Amino acid sequence: MKYALVVLDSPSSGTASATAARFAEALISRGHELSQVFFFDAGADTGLSSRVAMQGELDTVGLWRSVAATHGVELVVCVASALRRGVIDVTEAQRHEKPGSTLDEAFSIGGLGRLVEASAEADRLVTFGGRSS
Amino acid sequence: MSRSTLLVFRHSPYGSSLARAGLDLALAAGAFEQPVSVLFTGAGVLQLLQEQDTGSLGDRNYGKNLSSLPLYGLESLYVDEVALSRHGLSKTALPDAYSPVDLQFMQHLLATHDHLVGF
Repeated sequence: MKYALVVLDSPSSGTASATAARFAEALISRGHELSQVFFFDAGADTGLSSRVAMQGELDTVGLWRSVAATHGVELVVCVASALRRGVIDVTEAQRHEKPGSTLDEAFSIGGLGRLVEASAEADRLVTFGGRSS
Repeated sequence: MSRSTLLVFRHSPYGSSLARAGLDLALAAGAFEQPVSVLFTGAGVLQLLQEQDTGSLGDRNYGKNLSSLPLYGLESLYVDEVALSRHGLSKTALPDAYSPVDLQFMQHLLATHDHLVGF
């Protein structure tokens, strides 16, 4: 079955993002296909390169880097959510006259059209996070 | 290939950025001419209040965008009637394009769409 995932929470808040990364590993290990993970709203925090993992704490972004490196899954950060959170690639840094890229190299930046496309092709679209009130 | 998607809006409009994210996805899906329905439930019904004044917040008025969703090709717009009454609201509080629906119809919506994304 073909899956696409949406992550709506920051990796530094709660466990939704880590659960999503583990779900990604699990579905691939069962022989399913994962075309894309889309990091949207607070989920865009995941793409920040300057984050430092604290010793002894769960390294959620490390889990995502591993999903991308091991299985070639594309990790796409929503451009509008990313800009609001200071997550920018080289192109956006130049366009908005910022010192440099803050995007982790395991991620790419894309528009909501990427999510719409992935959703149109996926048998299952699974959302993680977004429960804050 | 195309899949039908139900977007479920459950949160109040300005307490977090989820409402804006949901609106952005609704507009993108409409722009890509995907079959999308939208359901407002829980505190999400507050997003539809027509007298929103965001002047003192200094933020955009998202209620106006929601009123104009039909202009972007989104026409299946539903509101949980129980959530409406729990918030002391009636159908007259809604923009014209939005239909209050009962529990049975919401179950039908949830069962008949391929994808479900909650905000």
